Amino acid sequence: MSNRLIKNKTCVVVGASHAGVNCAFALRREGWDGDIILYDADPLLPYHRPPLSKAYLTSDDGIDKNLLKSAESYDKEGISLNLGVSVKAIDRTHKNIILGDGSVQSYDKLVVATGARPIIPSIPGLANSNNAIPLRTATDVANIRHAVKNSNKKLVVVIGGGYIGLETAASLKKLGAKVTVLEREERILARVTAPEMSAFFQNLHLENGVEICTNKNVIAIETNNGEKIVCCDDGTCYPTDIIIIGVGIFVNKELAMAAGLDIENGIKVDETAKTNDEDIYAIGDCTFHYNPHYGRYIRLESVQNAVDQAKVAATSICGKETRYDTIPWFWSDQYDVKLQMVGLSQGYDQVIVRKENNDNKCLSFWYFKGEILLAVDAVNNAKAYVYGTKLIKSGERINKEKLLDCEEDLKIAHLISPINS
Amino acid sequence: MAQITFITSDNETITLEGKSGSVMALAVDHGIKGIDGDCGGVCSCATCHVHVAPEDMSKTGSASQIEADMLELDDNVNEFSRLCCQLEISDSLDGIVLKVAN
Repeated sequence: MSNRLIKNKTCVVVGASHAGVNCAFALRREGWDGDIILYDADPLLPYHRPPLSKAYLTSDDGIDKNLLKSAESYDKEGISLNLGVSVKAIDRTHKNIILGDGSVQSYDKLVVATGARPIIPSIPGLANSNNAIPLRTATDVANIRHAVKNSNKKLVVVIGGGYIGLETAASLKKLGAKVTVLEREERILARVTAPEMSAFFQNLHLENGVEICTNKNVIAIETNNGEKIVCCDDGTCYPTDIIIIGVGIFVNKELAMAAGLDIENGIKVDETAKTNDEDIYAIGDCTFHYNPHYGRYIRLESVQNAVDQAKVAATSICGKETRYDTIPWFWSDQYDVKLQMVGLSQGYDQVIVRKENNDNKCLSFWYFKGEILLAVDAVNNAKAYVYGTKLIKSGERINKEKLLDCEEDLKIAHLISPINS
Repeated sequence: MAQITFITSDNETITLEGKSGSVMALAVDHGIKGIDGDCGGVCSCATCHVHVAPEDMSKTGSASQIEADMLELDDNVNEFSRLCCQLEISDSLDGIVLKVAN
C-alpha cells in the first residue's frame, strides 16, 4: 500500500501501555501518515510495568524515571495521547468509538490494547479491607509504598505465590517489611514452572527471611481491634497490616466482547493480530493468538508479547506482509537472582537441571518433550537463556548427555554435538 | 553532562546531550532507530546493542559478563559490543561515538 492510501486516515489505539504505545510509534515508523490517537484511562504518562514490583517499588522515584517514551516523543511523532480518558464502546457499524464523556471518535483502523486487570478474589472481608492492594499500576505502587511507610509493624501478607507476588515480597522485604506469602497450590509458581524451580525459589525466599506457606487457601479477612487477620481454610491465621493481592489477572475483554468481536481465552486474533473485523486489531495481554512454533492458540502476559504484537499489528495496518512468530520470553528479578525464561514448558515430560561449576545460584532448567526442547528457565545464567532461545528456534537435536554433564562448561557446540549410540 | 553520538544503520549521525540515566534511555527518548530498550534497561532483551568507537572503549569499558552472554550468538557481535542500557551517562562518557548494531 502506498502512503497515499493511508493519508488522512485515522488509527485509534485503545490502551496506552507497552502494547498500545509501541504500536503507535511503530505505525509512524512503518509509514502511517494519518492521525494516530491513543487513549488510556490511567492519567499518568505511559510507563514500564515490569519494574513496578521490582526496582521501582523499592525506590523513591516518581514515574517520570520510568516512562516508556518521553512526553516530547509523542509530540514529535504526531501521536495524540489522551490520558485519563475511558472508552465506553466500539460502534463497528459507524467505525466510531464512544468515550467516557459520551463524545465520539471515528476510526479507519482500531487497535484494542486494553490489557488486563488484577483479580480481586471474592474472599469475605477483602474488598472492604483497607490496605489490601493489588500490583498492576503505578498508583498501586504508590499506595503500597505509602502503606508500608505508615505501618509500625510492617507486617505484610502476600496472597498468591506467582511472579508478581514473589517479586513484591522480595521488594517489600528490602523495604524492611516482615513478609509472608500464602500460596493456594502445593508449591509456588506451580502454574508456570517445574517443581525443581519452585523449590529453588522457595528456598531463596526462605534464605532472605520471607516466609512462604503453601496449601493455604485464604477464606476470610477478619478485623480484631483494628488488626487485620488473614484466615485460611486449615484454621491458620496471619495477622497483618498490609495485604498484597497477587492471584492473577482478568483480561479486559468487555469492550471487544460488547462489540461482537470473537472472544475465547482473550480477544481472538490471527497471525497479523487482526480480529474477526477487518479494521480492528488487538494486541498484548488481552489477546488469544496463534503461536506457529508451538502450534496452538495461547494468551501471554508479557512485555515481549505486547511489544512484538504491537509491531506486527502496525506493519499489517500499513499494508505490509507480516506474521507473528516469536518464541515467548520473560524475566523476573528477585533479590540478587535474575531469572530469564524462554519458550513454553507446558506439556513437558522431562526437565534437565544444570548447575554451573557447582555454583548454587547459577542454574538452568531445560524442559523437553521427548527430544524436543520446549523451554529453558535460566537463573543467573544468561548464557543458558541465549543458547535455549537459539536451540528452541532451530529445533536442533540436543545432546542430553552433554547437557547433563555439569563438569563441562556450557557450550553450544557441546549441546549440538553428535549423540553416541 | 555528556554529548553522545549515535550512528544508525542508515548512517544517520545524531548527537544527543544527556545528564543522567542510561544511554539506552537517552536513545529511546529521541527515537534512535535500532535502539528499542524493550525490557526497560535490565539487560534482559538485548535490543540496545551498540558498537563503541574503538578509541572510546577506554571511556565505556568492555562488556560485562551478562552483556557478553546475551550477545554471544548475535550476528553483529564484536569486541566493541555493549548493551547501552548498562552505560550510565556521566561526564566521563562525554564525546563517545556509538554505532547502532541493528
